Amino acid sequence: MFDTLIHQFWSLTFSGIALGFIYVLIAMGYTMVYGVLRMINFANSEIFMVGAFATVMVSKYVFKLSNDAIPPSSFKLFFVILCCLLASMLASALLAFLVELVAYRHLRNRTTNRIAPLISAIGIGIVISEIVRILTGARTQFSPNIIPKKALATFQGAEIRLDNTITIIAGLILFIILDRFIKYSRLGKGIRAVSMDEDSAKLMGVNLNRVISLTFIIGGLMTGAAGFFYVNVYENVKFNMGFSLGLAAFTAAVIGGIGNIRGAFFGGISLGLVEIYASAIIGTQWKPVTVFIILVLILLFKPNGIFGEAVQKTRV
Amino acid sequence: MINLRDKGAEFWERSNRPVRVLTVFAILAVVAALPYAGNTFLQTPVAAFDAVLVYPMGMFILMALGLNVVVGKSGMLDLGYVAFFAVGAYTMAILGTRTGLNTWEIMPIGIAAAMFAGVLLAIPTLRLRGDYLAIVTLGFGEIVRVTALNSEGIGGALGIAGIPFPPGLGFEYQLLDQKYFYWTILVMIVLVIWVIRRLTVRRPGRAWESIRQDEDAAELMGVSTYKYKIWAFVFGAAIGGGAGVFYASRSMVIAPDNFTLNTSILILACVVFGGMGNIWGVIVGATILGYLPDRFRFLSDARLLLFGLVLVVFMNLRPEGILPRKKREKAIVKKGSGASI
Repeated sequence: MFDTLIHQFWSLTFSGIALGFIYVLIAMGYTMVYGVLRMINFANSEIFMVGAFATVMVSKYVFKLSNDAIPPSSFKLFFVILCCLLASMLASALLAFLVELVAYRHLRNRTTNRIAPLISAIGIGIVISEIVRILTGARTQFSPNIIPKKALATFQGAEIRLDNTITIIAGLILFIILDRFIKYSRLGKGIRAVSMDEDSAKLMGVNLNRVISLTFIIGGLMTGAAGFFYVNVYENVKFNMGFSLGLAAFTAAVIGGIGNIRGAFFGGISLGLVEIYASAIIGTQWKPVTVFIILVLILLFKPNGIFGEAVQKTRV
Repeated sequence: MINLRDKGAEFWERSNRPVRVLTVFAILAVVAALPYAGNTFLQTPVAAFDAVLVYPMGMFILMALGLNVVVGKSGMLDLGYVAFFAVGAYTMAILGTRTGLNTWEIMPIGIAAAMFAGVLLAIPTLRLRGDYLAIVTLGFGEIVRVTALNSEGIGGALGIAGIPFPPGLGFEYQLLDQKYFYWTILVMIVLVIWVIRRLTVRRPGRAWESIRQDEDAAELMGVSTYKYKIWAFVFGAAIGGGAGVFYASRSMVIAPDNFTLNTSILILACVVFGGMGNIWGVIVGATILGYLPDRFRFLSDARLLLFGLVLVVFMNLRPEGILPRKKREKAIVKKGSGASI
């Protein structure tokens, strides 16, 4: 039972960290929106899915890559990665912006009923995934081989693969940029002000609608980047792929303390590792169950997450 | 837009007992006669009309009523309601195919099993705030399905087939003529409505109402909020379980695919669409959302897409639902409060 875990410990660890970074980036879409709105962005999983599809589309139809062709190398590879990543991020950000506009903005000012925006977000999610389902015919689409899966080095017998390495490095860079941005930029301060106290922020001259819109857009950018990395590592996309990853990413956000982006970072990585180890021990089909049990245990013993919520007024 | 709910309530207040009784029986008679209306404009193109009346419509109404106690009355967001439905259905399927028990004997067992699942989920999670509760219940719904999918002992992905029909009570349940199923479920619905109405005007109902409006204030006034939240949850689970038992017995075959997240969301949509907290609103919502997809089957591929659009547009136009709850029950909600729904 533990054989796989012991024999492949390091290679599992590397894929676990790479998966963890994907969770971290998706979790940004949840945790930032929750910070400012105190609402779960239920369409975030579909935003992720669209980001992943954008990568597949661009690599397939713009760069004419295919599964059996030799992946591009050196400068061309860098260019392709950059274009695909940007395409994913922009597609997701645009979608996130639209989701906020259609599902949240109008309702936010009209009702104190908190389920109504939730239902409209779920509705938008259904619309997005159904459009993709109808367009792709509900089949799993395989992505071209963008980043070659060659080993850069070996460590304790485990291959350090290029795709995992790029995911980890790029994910780390994106995260650091975001963290600095939230901390020092004007908009970042606005976001933090709104998440602490909406009314006071408004009195201090923060443009609420603009900040909320931009929060969705930033969350969308991160979620879209996760879509790109996911495609590189797992090489397939499907219209309903968002659900399980979305749930896991949300769990990551909760583990770290929702609204707290550094918390989400550690939450994501630890969840990625635990998930990969657990799949090695009890089989991949039980992966969602593992995630769920972790979520319940965390909520039971540390309801504010391991690193505490950044949201100040947890209960008024 | 005319306020149907107020008009109805006004009529009810004005009339005396005989008129009320007469109204109730008139409505019941019309509803009970529905299976004979199959050849009118109501006819559904693909599925038989009497079958549509049982599932999805009747089943949706039953489940939406149960979910309404949790979401509408006590203000807890449950996104995994289908789990209880699944527990009821699997109890029926396992016991019905492996023991000699019939549907009516399994019904209490199935309800008890669903209630047990409800307690199991409620004890750790009901201390949480609304949004966390939503995600945990969502996960729970999926876990029940995944567990059923991966457990070969209960059929795995293929599910369980050959579940017996309920034994007739002086008549025979038939596959091709589902009138009797419809009438049975009608009785179940009326029973549930009666129970909910009784509970609403008594202590549990008041407790739920106070929890929904302001949990902290309720706690301060001496309402045992944790206890009543568990009760609301378990009561909702019981109705879901009962519906599941009946569903399995009618469908003869169940599989994990019958219990996806979509069903949970659909039932929640019924509740919100019709008007949270108002029994009649919920019934109207479930009737519409259960009926429309079958009526417009020619849209086949775009059905779910349209459903999503309807949810978005409708929520933006009428966030309180078709028949909103009574004015005096509307909470004066503090801004930014986590507990308000």
